[in-house]
Amino acid sequence: MTKYLAKIGLEMHCEISKTKSKVFSSAKNDYNDAPNTSVRPLDMGFPGTLPVVNKEAVRLALMASMILHSKQPEYIWFERKNYYYPDLPKGYQITQDNNPIPVGIGGYVEYECHGEMKKVRVTNIHLEEDSASLDHYDTTSTINYNRSGVPLLELVTEPDFHSGEEAMAFLEHMRSVYQYAGISDADTKKGQIRCDVNVSIMDASLDEANPENWGTKVEMKNVNSFGGVRDAINYEIERQIELKENGTYDEMPQQTRRWDEETYSTIYMRSKVDALDYKYFVEPNIPKYKLTKEWLEEIRASIPKLAMERKQEYIENYHLSEYDAGVLIKEKSVSNYFEECVRLGIEAKVAANWVTVNVVGECNKLEISIDEFYITPEYLKQIMDGMKEGLISSKQAKEIFYKSCEEKKEPKTFMSKDNAQISDREELLHLITSILDENVSQIEQYKNGKTNLFDFFVGQVMKHTRGKANPVITKEILTEELNKR
Amino acid sequence: MLEKDILSIHDALVRGEVTSEELVREAIKRSHEVEESCNAFVTILDDQKGGEVTDNLLSGIPYGLKDNYSTKGILSTGSSNTLKDYVPFFSATSVLNLERAGAVLVNKTAMDEFGMGGTGTTCHTGVVTNPWDHTRMTAGSSAGSAAAVASGVYPYATGSDTGDSIRKPAAYCGIVGYKPTYGMISRYGLFAFASSLDHCGVLTRSVRDAAIVADEMKGIDPNDMTSWDSSYMHLKEACDKDLGKKKVCYIKEICDITRYPNATEELKSHLENFRKTIDKFKELGYQVDEVNINEKLLAAVPSVYVIISCAEATSNMSNLTGIVFGPRGEGENYIEMMKDHRTKGFSSLIKRRFVIGSYVLQKENQERYFRNAQRVRRLIVDEYKKLFESYDAVVLPVGSGPAKKLEGSTDILDDSTQILEEHLQIGNFGGFPSITIPDGFVNDLPVGINITCNCYEDELMFSIASKLEGTMNYKGQIAKEARHD
Repeated sequence: MTKYLAKIGLEMHCEISKTKSKVFSSAKNDYNDAPNTSVRPLDMGFPGTLPVVNKEAVRLALMASMILHSKQPEYIWFERKNYYYPDLPKGYQITQDNNPIPVGIGGYVEYECHGEMKKVRVTNIHLEEDSASLDHYDTTSTINYNRSGVPLLELVTEPDFHSGEEAMAFLEHMRSVYQYAGISDADTKKGQIRCDVNVSIMDASLDEANPENWGTKVEMKNVNSFGGVRDAINYEIERQIELKENGTYDEMPQQTRRWDEETYSTIYMRSKVDALDYKYFVEPNIPKYKLTKEWLEEIRASIPKLAMERKQEYIENYHLSEYDAGVLIKEKSVSNYFEECVRLGIEAKVAANWVTVNVVGECNKLEISIDEFYITPEYLKQIMDGMKEGLISSKQAKEIFYKSCEEKKEPKTFMSKDNAQISDREELLHLITSILDENVSQIEQYKNGKTNLFDFFVGQVMKHTRGKANPVITKEILTEELNKR
Repeated sequence: MLEKDILSIHDALVRGEVTSEELVREAIKRSHEVEESCNAFVTILDDQKGGEVTDNLLSGIPYGLKDNYSTKGILSTGSSNTLKDYVPFFSATSVLNLERAGAVLVNKTAMDEFGMGGTGTTCHTGVVTNPWDHTRMTAGSSAGSAAAVASGVYPYATGSDTGDSIRKPAAYCGIVGYKPTYGMISRYGLFAFASSLDHCGVLTRSVRDAAIVADEMKGIDPNDMTSWDSSYMHLKEACDKDLGKKKVCYIKEICDITRYPNATEELKSHLENFRKTIDKFKELGYQVDEVNINEKLLAAVPSVYVIISCAEATSNMSNLTGIVFGPRGEGENYIEMMKDHRTKGFSSLIKRRFVIGSYVLQKENQERYFRNAQRVRRLIVDEYKKLFESYDAVVLPVGSGPAKKLEGSTDILDDSTQILEEHLQIGNFGGFPSITIPDGFVNDLPVGINITCNCYEDELMFSIASKLEGTMNYKGQIAKEARHD
C-alpha cells in the first residue's frame, strides 16, 4: 500500500428524523408506521399536488451546514432531478444542485481516527426528499410510500480520505453530530443513513494536490452500514492495486459498482458513459425564499453542544479522565443521562463511574438503550443518597441497583432501617470489645508485629453484623481498642 | 334563464321565480344537447341536485369545470387516456372555494389532452366543435368550457391557461375569458402542465360575471406556495370603478396590417375591427398610443413558450406511469410497464412535446435552449413591465381572425401571422392579469380583443374591460346556432 495512495470521497445521505412532518408534505415523518399510512397525496404523486417546504427541515439543514463550516446561500430554492423509477412517484426528486447553491457549500469536518485528528473538506450539503421503499418478493414487489418525502440531507465530501478506516471514523463522527444537534437519530439499523463511496488510487510518489495525478474514479452506490463502507473501500483499493500491478489499471473505465455483502466484493454495474442525465432544472412550484440574517443568526445561536464540546467540558469542569469522558459522549443518550445525574446533585466523578460501569454495562447486557433503562437518574440519585446518609454501604448500593432493576421497584424500597448501616459508636464498641475478648491470642500476635491481623478483626465485626457495620467507624474504634490492650 | 348573467339569475332565485333544482335540471338537459352538437363534455352529472340559495351570488347556480380540475369522487381525466378512469379522492382548492359559495357543478368539460394544445381536437373523447359553426374549432385547450358557456349551458365554466388556453377559445366562441395574476387562484388540484405558466381562470359571457366567479375562486392557499393573499381585492366592485391613468397602448409590430403582406380577408377584417375597438377607447376618454417592441424579441415568443412549457410538462407528467393510478401497463419489468402505459395513453402531439422538453433539458442542450429561453422570457417580460410604467394596459387583437376550420387544421401555425396567434403567451411569461372580450364579428363569426395589465392590477383590468364592454353589444351573447328560446 505504501506504493499507492487511495483517494476516497463520500456522499452521505442522512434522513432528518426530527421534524414532525415530511419535507414537502404534511404527512407524518415516521415511516415505521403501518405501510402506506404516513402519506399525503403529494407523496404518491397524484395529479394536481404541489410541494410546500417544511421550514423546520430547512432550519435543521442550515444548522448542519453551519456545523460543517459551510457557506449558507442568500436564497433557498430547489431543483428537480428527473428519472423514472417505481420508488419515485412524481417521476422526479425535489433536491438541490450546485447552481443555484444548496443549503451549504464548501466547509470542512475535523474528526478523530485512531486517536489522531483528521480533516476532510466538504464539497456541499443539500436538502432533498427521500424516495419510497421497495420490497421485492419472488414474483412481485411492494411499494411503501411512508418514506416518500422524508427529509434527507446529502453531504458530499472531497476525496480526502485515504482508507476505509478514515471513512468509517468520519461517518461515526457525523452520526454523533447529527444526533447531538437534534437533526436525526441517524440510525443505520433503520436505514436512516446510506452512502455512496468513490475510490481511486494514485502513485504515492506523485503530488496529491494535483488532480492530474489522481486515478480513475470508481463509485459504489447505496452502501448501508459503516462497516460495509469500510470493507467496500478496502476491497476496492485492493482490487485497483491488483489492476495496477498487472498493468491493466489504465484500461479501467470510470464506472459504478455495487457492494455485495454476500460475496464481500464489488460488482460492476455500469460505466460512466451509461450514466443517466437527470435533466436538473429549478422547481417552479417553490418560489425562491430569501434567508434573513436574523434567522440565520438565530439558527447559529441554537446549535446544541456537540460531543467534542461536552467531552472538553467533562475533562475541564468535572476533572474526568479522557477515557471516561470519551465513553460518556459516545452516545448522546448516555451523555444526557450523565448530565442529568450531575444536575440532580450526584458528584460528577461518582456519576461518571456509575454510568460508565454499571449503567452502560447493564444496558449492554440487557440489549436496551439507556432511555429504556429502568434505573433513571432520579433512581440512581436515591441510591447515592442512601450511601451518603449512611443507610447503605457501597456494596449494598450495588446490590440494590441490580435488585431494583430486576424487580422494577424503586431503589428506596430496598433501603429500610433493617439493613441500614450500623454507625452507632456505643453499639459497635460493645461488639468490638466482646470480639477482642474472645481472641486474646490474635491480639498477642498483632502486638508482636503481625499487623495484617487488623483485617481479621474487621472481618470478624463484619461477620457479626452481616456487613452492616460502618467500616470507617469500625476501623477507628478497633485501632483505639487495640492500642488500649 | 341560464342564458342570463349571474346577477339576474341570482335575483330570480332569491325572488323565487325559479329554483336551483329547476336550473340544474335545465343545465343538465342543455349539457346533453351541447354534448350532441359540440362534444363538449367528459362527464355530465345527471344525478346532481339543486343547491341552497344564500346571499352568495353563485349559490344554487349550475356551472362547469374543466376536466383538469381534481374533483373528489368525480371522474377527472384531463381528457387523457392515461387517466380515463381516474376518480380523485381530493378536490382542487378553487373547486372547494366554489363549493363553499354554494355553486352547483353539473359537468366536467373536454379539453386538449392535459391542456397541451390550442385546438380542442386532442381530447380523448374526440374533437370539440364551435357552437357558432360546427365545421370550425373552438380553439383550446379550454374547448368544452368555451363551447358550453357560449351555448348557454350555464353562466360560467372554469378554465386553465398556460399559453392562451382560456383567452383564445373565449375569443373564438364570442365570450369573455379571464386569467388572473399568477398565484391569485390556487393551482392546488389543477393537473400541472407547465407550473411556471399555469393559471386557473374562468370563461363567462360578461366581464362582471368573470369578476364575480374569480372573487370566489381566489385566495391564498397553504397548499400552493405561489399563491398570495388577495383578500383586499374586490374584482366585482372594480367593474364599476374608474381606475388608472386612462392610458392604454397597442403594439405596432403585432397589429399593423402592413406587416402582413399576404393577409387574408379575414385577417384584414379582424385588424380593421380592432382599430374600431381602439376608437371606442378614445370615445371613453382613454389616451391610446401605438408603441414599439423589438421585433426580434416578439419573434422569440413562440420558441420561448415551446421550450419552457415542454420542459416543465415532460417533468410534470412523469408521474403518469400507471403504477399508482391510471391503467396499469403490461410488461416484464417496471420500465416496460411504464412505457406501455405511456405509449398507449398519450396522443402523438403530447409525445412530440415530451421529446422537445427532454431534448432542451439535456445537459448538453440545457444552456443553449432552456436557460436561454428563461433569459429571453425575462427580457420580454421586462419590455411589458416598461410599458406598464406609462400605460394601464396593453390591448391587442386575439389571433389572426375568427375560429379556424377544423378541416385541414394542424397544430403548426402559419409563420407569417405567428406573433398575432401567440402574443397572449406573454401574459403567462409575466403572470400578468389578462382578459379577452368579444369585440365584433368577422364573416358572422365572433372575434375578440385582449386587455393585459401589470401583475396585481386585476382590479384596474376589470375597470377597463367593463367600460369597453359597455360600448359594444356583445355582452351576454349566445352562439347563434345553439340559441334556445
